[in-house]
Amino acid sequence: MSENKKTTIVLFSGDYDKAMAAYIIANGAAAYDHEVTIFHTFWGLNALRKDEHLSVNKGLLEKIFGKMMPRGVDKMGLSKMNYLGMGKKMIKNVMKKHNATSLPDLVDMAQEQDVKLIACTMTMDLLGLKKEELLDHIEYAGVAAYIGDSEDGNITLFI
Amino acid sequence: MIESDKVLDATNVACPMPIVKTKKAMQELNSGEVLEVHATDQGAKSDLTAWAKSGGHELLEDSEEDQILKFWIKKG
Repeated sequence: MSENKKTTIVLFSGDYDKAMAAYIIANGAAAYDHEVTIFHTFWGLNALRKDEHLSVNKGLLEKIFGKMMPRGVDKMGLSKMNYLGMGKKMIKNVMKKHNATSLPDLVDMAQEQDVKLIACTMTMDLLGLKKEELLDHIEYAGVAAYIGDSEDGNITLFI
Repeated sequence: MIESDKVLDATNVACPMPIVKTKKAMQELNSGEVLEVHATDQGAKSDLTAWAKSGGHELLEDSEEDQILKFWIKKG
């Protein structure tokens, strides 16, 4: 048993800006010595995708899903004012100008800080995502694992 | 003037980097030693004040000159 406080975040959204908020909070909480868990479900799973194309054996519908969804955080669009990706490009320039850490770097930093990244296996099946397509050193679990981490937690968020 | 045991340059980085860097730097200090943090993020004052309080550290002093915020935090 550890006496550290706990922060758990459900990342449901697959939008760049929302994922950025989730990962900033996760890194901040880790700096507070919290045990941090991010539970990725539905579109949030795309945050865990590797950016290279991998040929994995799956059905047609799953293949189409795979093509339509972003491969990793850097490919995500904005939740507002995306304008076919122009808004996203603009935000990335503005972020650079203001020295904001890029989203891929925030994900790397979260892993460095031992933030537990969990992929929801039920929604992986629905979206046809395979383990090979997701980042290394993550965990696979369902709702019970999330509740287990949250029930004696201090902060929990749904993004 | 407060004597610091270590100086951390957290200038020109935005949230959440100042706090992440401060945490890492603080791990290398012993209890009672003082970390001097330089930052340019305008949220750093509230962030570091809250972080120090939660971690049992003491924010001894803070100042601002030429748009650089400086903090002296004593490790608890």
